[in-house]
Amino acid sequence: MVESRLTRILLRVGAGATLVFIYLPLLLVGLYAFNRNVTQGWPIENFSTKWFSVAFHDSDVRDALKLSLLAALGATAIALVLGTLASMAVARYSFFGREAISFAVILPIALPGIITGLALQATIIDVLGPIGVSFGLMTIILGHATFCVVVVYNNAIARLRRTAGSLDEASADLGADSWQTFRHVTFPQMRTALLAGALLAFALSFDEVVVTIFTSGAQQTLPIWIFATLSRPAELPIVNVVALFVIVVSIIPVYLAQRLAGGSGLTSERPAKGTVAADS
Amino acid sequence: MSRRKYRVASWAALGLLVGALSVVAAGCGGGDDEGSASTEIEGLGSSLEEIQEMARQEGEVNVVQWAGYAQLTEEFKAATGCTVNTKDGGSSDDMISLIQTGEYDGVSASGNASVRLMTTGDAAPIDTEVIPNYADVQEGIKGKDYNSLDGQPYGVPHGRGPNYLMFRTDVVPEDTDSWSVIWDESGPYNGKLSIYDDSIFIADAAVYLKATQPDLGIENPYFLDEEQFNAAVDLLKQQAPNVGEYWPGDVAKQIGSYTNGDSVVGTTWPYQYVQLTAADPPVPVKAIKPKEGTTGWSDTWMIYSKAANPNCMYLWMDHMISPEAQAAVAEGFGEAPVNLKACDLTKNPNHCEEYHADDEAWWEDVYYWTTPTADCGDDRGEVCKTQEDWEAAWTEIRG
Amino acid sequence: MTSVPVAEPPPRESPGRRLSTFFYRHPRIRLAALLAVPVGWLVVVYLGSLAVLLLSAFWDTNPFTSEVVRELTLDNFRTLFEREVYRDVAWRTIQMAALVTIADAVLAFPIAYYMARVASPRTRNLLVVAVLMPLWANYLVKAYAWRTMLSDGGVINWALEPVGMQFDGYSTVGLWLVFTYLWLPFMVLPIYAGLERIPASLLEASADLGGRSLATFTRVVLPLAFPAVVAGSIFTFSLTLGDYIAPGLITSEQFIGTVIYSIRGEALPVAAAYSMVPIVMMIAYLLVARRLRAFESL
Repeated sequence: MVESRLTRILLRVGAGATLVFIYLPLLLVGLYAFNRNVTQGWPIENFSTKWFSVAFHDSDVRDALKLSLLAALGATAIALVLGTLASMAVARYSFFGREAISFAVILPIALPGIITGLALQATIIDVLGPIGVSFGLMTIILGHATFCVVVVYNNAIARLRRTAGSLDEASADLGADSWQTFRHVTFPQMRTALLAGALLAFALSFDEVVVTIFTSGAQQTLPIWIFATLSRPAELPIVNVVALFVIVVSIIPVYLAQRLAGGSGLTSERPAKGTVAADS
Repeated sequence: MSRRKYRVASWAALGLLVGALSVVAAGCGGGDDEGSASTEIEGLGSSLEEIQEMARQEGEVNVVQWAGYAQLTEEFKAATGCTVNTKDGGSSDDMISLIQTGEYDGVSASGNASVRLMTTGDAAPIDTEVIPNYADVQEGIKGKDYNSLDGQPYGVPHGRGPNYLMFRTDVVPEDTDSWSVIWDESGPYNGKLSIYDDSIFIADAAVYLKATQPDLGIENPYFLDEEQFNAAVDLLKQQAPNVGEYWPGDVAKQIGSYTNGDSVVGTTWPYQYVQLTAADPPVPVKAIKPKEGTTGWSDTWMIYSKAANPNCMYLWMDHMISPEAQAAVAEGFGEAPVNLKACDLTKNPNHCEEYHADDEAWWEDVYYWTTPTADCGDDRGEVCKTQEDWEAAWTEIRG
Repeated sequence: MTSVPVAEPPPRESPGRRLSTFFYRHPRIRLAALLAVPVGWLVVVYLGSLAVLLLSAFWDTNPFTSEVVRELTLDNFRTLFEREVYRDVAWRTIQMAALVTIADAVLAFPIAYYMARVASPRTRNLLVVAVLMPLWANYLVKAYAWRTMLSDGGVINWALEPVGMQFDGYSTVGLWLVFTYLWLPFMVLPIYAGLERIPASLLEASADLGGRSLATFTRVVLPLAFPAVVAGSIFTFSLTLGDYIAPGLITSEQFIGTVIYSIRGEALPVAAAYSMVPIVMMIAYLLVARRLRAFESL
C-alpha cells in the first residue's frame, strides 16, 4: 500500500459521503411508496401499503412493462449483432475509415438525447412514414438499438484487444471454416464480455425516456408511463411503487453483470488489474 | 497513403455519405395534402349502424386530450368495444405536434389549436348526422369560427371554462378580486407566482392591460398590434423574475407546489382547483374570475383526417357529448357542459349554475383562446402580431 | 475379413466451407461483410436522421399554422444570432454543464480511488454494484424525488430548519445539485476503470523515489487518470446539454434542452438550427477526448 493511513481514512469518508448522497433520494422514493397521501409532503404522516395492490392491478403498468421488456430485448439483440460485427472488424483489421467507425459508434450516446430524439422523429415522420413505417415498437427499438451499440462494441473490443487474433488463424489452419472459428474460438473468448455489454444495453434501453418520448408515438414504455402518470396528480404514489419494484428487481442483472465480467466499467469491462490499456 | 491522409479521406467519405443522404431525405419530403370539405374519411362507415359494427373491428381509439378530460372510458368500452388510450397534452402547441405524428385518432382542441388544425387539414369535417347527441349541444356554441369552417362543423363542441386566478387563502387576502396580485402588486408573493408556460399567456397580460391601460385601446387580447404587443411583453418581462414556477400544462406540478406552499398565487385551470379542494386534507385555495375578466377556452373534439380508427373516434365524439360523459367531465375538470341535459346528472345539483353553463352574460369577459393572426379582424388591417411572433416573444420573456 | 479399400472421393466442399475459403482468400470482402450491417445502420439510421434534422434547419415555417414549409432559408440561423435570448440560454447551459462536470469529478474521485486501490476485492465488487444500481432506478423518479426534497416544505429545508437555515431549492443551485446527482454514476465508473489500470508498481516506484503522497497523486495518479475523467465528462456534459425534463421540474430558467423542447412543435426549423449548438460542441469535445485517449476509459 502506498497510501498513507490518513489518506485511506479520508478516502473512506469521501466514498461513504458519496454513497450517502447516491442513496438518500432512493431511500426517499422507497419511503414515499408507503405514503398514504397522494401529495408528497414531508414528514410523511400516514403509511400504507395500499398503493402496492393498486399498482399490481393496474393493467397500464403491466402493458407498459411488457412493451419496455420487448423494446429492451429487441434493442439488445440488434446492438449485440451490430456491436460484435463492428468490434471484430475494427479489432482485427486495419482499414480505411477505421477511426471514423469507433467515432460513429460513440456519437449516438454522446450527442444529447433530445437531438437524437428530434432527429429520429423527423425521420420517422418525413422519411419512414411515406413508406409505411409508423411509430411503435419498431421505432422504439430503432432508437434504442442505435445508442446501445456502443456498450456492446466497447465491451467486445476491449476483450478482442486482449486476445490474440492468431488463435483465429490457427483455427483456420486446422481446417475450420469462418463460422466454426467464430462458434468455437472467437465467441467463447468474447462470451462474458458480450453478456456484460448486453446487460448494460438492456438497462440503458429499459430506463430510456428522453429519446423514447420522440419515437414511441402513442405507445407507452414503462418510463413513458411514469412520465405521463407523474403529471396525473391522483396516481403519484403508484409511480413510487413501480420505481421501487424496478430498483429491487434490477439488483439481479447488475449483480450478474458484475459476476460475469469480473467487474464492469460503464460501457466496457475493466482490464485485468494492473495492465496498461493496449494501444488502439 | 499516410495515416493522416487516411484519416482525412475517411472523414471526407463519411461527409459525402451524409450529404448524399440529405439529398435523398429532401426528395422524400414535399407533397403536402390539402384539406378538403368532404366528411369522408377512409374506412369510416356510412351509417351509425355500420360505424358501430366497424368500431368493434377497430377495438381501440387513441386520443390527445387535456388532463382529466376522458371520462367513463370503461362504460364506453363496454358499449362500443373500443379501448380508449389517452395522451395528455400540456398546451395547444403540444397537442398539434402530437396529432401531426399521425398516431392519434382525435384531439380535444382549444380554439388556438382547432383553427390551425382546420387550416392544415389535420382535422376533418364531420358528418353530424351520425352523431346523435350533437342535436343536444347548445345552439349558441355551434358554428363558431373555432369549431367550423364556412358553416361546416369540424368536430363537436365539448365544454368551456375560464382560466382562474387561484391563491392560497392563508397567504393572500380572501377578498382579492384583481389580477394585479400577479402583476403590479405581486410584491408580497414574489418568488411564489405560478404561471402557465405557453405563449398564449401573453393574452392574459393583454386582458389586464385592457382594463388598466385603456390608452392602448386593446379590444381583443389575441389581436395585438405592435404597441399593444410590446406593452404586454414588457409587463411579462417585469413579472418573470418574480415567477416561482412556470407550469407547462403539467397539472400535478402545480397541484404539488400549491400543496407544499411553494406557489401561493397564479393562473390555473379549474381542474387543479377541483383537485386541491378535494384533497385530503383540503388545501386552502380560492379560484376566481377577477374583475378584469380572463382568458378561457371553448374546446372541440376533432377527428384526425387520416385517423386509423375513425369509427371508434366517431363513437367517442358522440360519447363525449352524451349527458353522462358531459356531467362527468364538467365536474371532474371543472367546466361548463355544452349539453345541458348533463345538468340533471351532476353529483352537485348546482354545478351548471355554479359554472354558468347557461348564463351567456357571465362569459362576456371570458376571452376564449384563439390563434393570433396578422389580420386583426378590424379596421387596423394586417398589422397584428402572428402566432410566430408570440412564440418568439415567449422564449424571450422566459429568458 | 479384408476389405478392398475403396478410393475415397475427394472431400466435397460444403457451400459454407467454400464461402469460408473465399473469405479467407479475400480479406477485404470479409471485412466488408463484417462492416456492412453496423456501418449501414449507423450511417443510414443515425447519421441519416441527423441529416434530416440538419436539413430542416434550413426550412421555413408558415407564420399562422406553424407548418414546415419546404423552402430553403437562412432565417432560422439569423433568428438565433439576432435574438440575445438564445445566446444567453446556450451560455447558461454550457456553464451548468461545466459546473456539473466539475462537481461530479470531485465527488467521484474519492469513491473511485477507494474502490480501485483501497477496498478489498469483495468490498470493491459490492461498491461497483452499489454505484451501478442507481442507473436502473428510473431517471424521472429520481428527478421527481429531488423536486420533493427541494421544496420549501421538503426534507432538505426540514433538516436545515433546526440550524436556522433556509435553502431555496427551486433555483439554479438546486438544479446543479440535481444534475450532479443524476449523472454521478456516469463519472464514477470510468474513473474507477481508469484508476484500476494504473499498475501498483508505478505508485511504488514513485514512493521509492521519494515522492510523497501528494506528489505521487499530482504527478502520477492524476495524469494517468485524466483521460478517464474526460471519458466521464463526455456523459455528464452531453446529458446536461440535452436534458429538458429536470430543468422544468426544478427551475423557471430556460436551458438549451428546454428551449428546443418547447419550440419544437411550433418552430421545428428554429429548434433544428439551435440543435447545431450542442451537436457542434459535442463533436468538438469528442475529437479532443479521443486525442486524450479518453475513449479507452469509456
